[in-house]
Amino acid sequence: MDIHEYQAKEILKSFGVGIPDGALAYSPEQAAYRARELGGERWVVKAQVHAGGRGKAGGVRMCASDSEIQDAAADMFGMKLVTHQTGPAGKGVYRVYVEAATPFTREIYLGFVLDRTSQRVMIVASAEGGMEIEDISAQKPESIVRSTVEPAVGLRDFQAREIAFALGIPPTLTQQMVRTLQGCYRAFTELDATMVEINPLVITADNRILALDAKMTFDGNALFRHPHIAELRDKSQEDPRESRAADRGLSYIGLTGSIGCIVNGAGLAMATMDTIKLAGGEPANFLDIGGGATPERVAKAFRLVTSDKNVQAVLVNIFAGINRCDWVAEGVVQALKAEPVEVPVIVRLAGTNVEEGLKILAKSGLPIIRATTLMEAAQRAVMAWQNDKTQNTKVRAVQ
Amino acid sequence: MTIFIDRDTRVIVQGISGRIAQFHTQEMLDYGTNVVGGVVPGRGGETVHGVPVFNTVKEAVAATGADASIVFVPPPFAADSIMEAADGGIRYCVCVTDGIPAQDMIRVKRYMMRYPREKRMVLTGPNCAGTISPGKSLLGIMPGHIYLQGSVGIVGRSGTLGYEAAQQLKDLGIGVSTSVGIGGDPINGSSFRDILEAFEADPETEVVCMIGEIGGPQEAEAAEYIQNHMTKPVVAYIAGLTAPKGRTMGHAGAIISAFGESASEKVEILSAAGVTVAENPSVIGETVARVLRRRAA
Repeated sequence: MDIHEYQAKEILKSFGVGIPDGALAYSPEQAAYRARELGGERWVVKAQVHAGGRGKAGGVRMCASDSEIQDAAADMFGMKLVTHQTGPAGKGVYRVYVEAATPFTREIYLGFVLDRTSQRVMIVASAEGGMEIEDISAQKPESIVRSTVEPAVGLRDFQAREIAFALGIPPTLTQQMVRTLQGCYRAFTELDATMVEINPLVITADNRILALDAKMTFDGNALFRHPHIAELRDKSQEDPRESRAADRGLSYIGLTGSIGCIVNGAGLAMATMDTIKLAGGEPANFLDIGGGATPERVAKAFRLVTSDKNVQAVLVNIFAGINRCDWVAEGVVQALKAEPVEVPVIVRLAGTNVEEGLKILAKSGLPIIRATTLMEAAQRAVMAWQNDKTQNTKVRAVQ
Repeated sequence: MTIFIDRDTRVIVQGISGRIAQFHTQEMLDYGTNVVGGVVPGRGGETVHGVPVFNTVKEAVAATGADASIVFVPPPFAADSIMEAADGGIRYCVCVTDGIPAQDMIRVKRYMMRYPREKRMVLTGPNCAGTISPGKSLLGIMPGHIYLQGSVGIVGRSGTLGYEAAQQLKDLGIGVSTSVGIGGDPINGSSFRDILEAFEADPETEVVCMIGEIGGPQEAEAAEYIQNHMTKPVVAYIAGLTAPKGRTMGHAGAIISAFGESASEKVEILSAAGVTVAENPSVIGETVARVLRRRAA
């Protein structure tokens, strides 16, 4: 789960990480008012969206007066900020953060991640702050310092000092850097984060170490023990279809193709999308309906998938293991009778009692296109979608 | 000799009183698995499907001589149960539970290092379908009847995609020595490489079928092991060619966040290591059959 920059900064501050003075605003007028409260002569107005790359997209502006702040905030509110991380739809701006501008002499990159090779928390740092970590590793890989943390004892001060010296932090600031690293590590582990990124971490003109930007991602599986983090979820930053699915316990990711998929199991769902692509189509979504493909779940899945207006065919791929195909088939038939679907439906069943399942589909009188292998199902889905597109007629039952 | 479990394996079910655990305990008993006990704190002395329940793993091991365990305990408590198994003398543990916090799994992995290698429990999962040695023992939630007994080792992250492979093999009359699910989580008990090593040493396994997906370094580690140490042929399929970068595809671990973690990069790395890669999931069975024929010739 992602949170906003200002929320990440508040959290990190409570763990002893230095941040510039700042304030949140929900309107241009409030932004100007809060800047005056902060004091100073220059401020930065920052759009709060769950994505990086805001600067280049017009989501970060330096201002020197009330009217500049109001103009900057007015431009941002209501805009869909499109960055390299948001996809073409962009993310809506509903809050801005106003911060006292901080003159600095150096920029550092600092990241904490779950390293899957060592299966531990890894610190990644570079003296080349301000650039994206992908660009640093492509252009200045030798500048990257890495250190993994032994979970039984946590981050040791000597490790933090090693990082500080490797980054060339002046000796007078070593202690401050150690405190910053320890604060981030404690926030990471105590709150079950999966990522903490400060880019840039700066050394200010008056010799303080401050986080100018901050990003935190949390482990969705651990939110049960962090209710105060769970409540930071911001649905305005999510794809509405995905939020709806998540609220119904379905694992769904919206894509841009035209063939909807309903599958049990995450691996099989990915394999189904891949097969559609190989057959010449484009998947409209990833959807895992979980182990027991009950009629209710299948019906919910149909409603969700067909609510995407791009969907021109639906491919159902169920492997019935402990379940039986005849039960799954009954579920599909019930779901389609309760809520007719306007687009061609292709069903592929595998596993226990396949023949009985296919018979039930055939007898239902519904225009369901049947297939035996996944490849065949994908080819039929692509064909049905193309027919639908060119002739504007619904494909009826074949076989 | 199969890997991890056999006819003689004595199994306890941790969290046996839950609805899903009860269902799968019956399925395992029906398959012929030697389920000797269950563990539910505070429910010692009861029985589930005729299986005695104990308060702790240590009691269960002392009373039954159990050497393997399967964990169905809910996510907030599952890591603790795995550590209890490791401390209680269990040698092989399958964790089915989906949704364990990653930090908990980091602690589990660290905790298991307390034990010298020869006493250290082997963990597969979490978030996996389990392990089956067809005709001998089933320690998991997979449908036993889709597996024929034979000489193909299967190892994969995904449950249903593994079933797909087993069913295709069965339809071609090809059997399985052992099928192991390593699970879809980012921090897991055993990696592809760990399981490949076990298959390489298993005299009953001739060919290995490896089913990977996007995310993480374990397929690339496996490729390195296969190239340098493995004598048995490996067939692979990697799911997620169309998965967008930076999105979690159902499994917590199925997310492309670094170089080498996309499906096309993994296919390339595995092919370069001499692995035969099935280009779509419908031909996994055929590809294994072709490799088996080539080996026989």
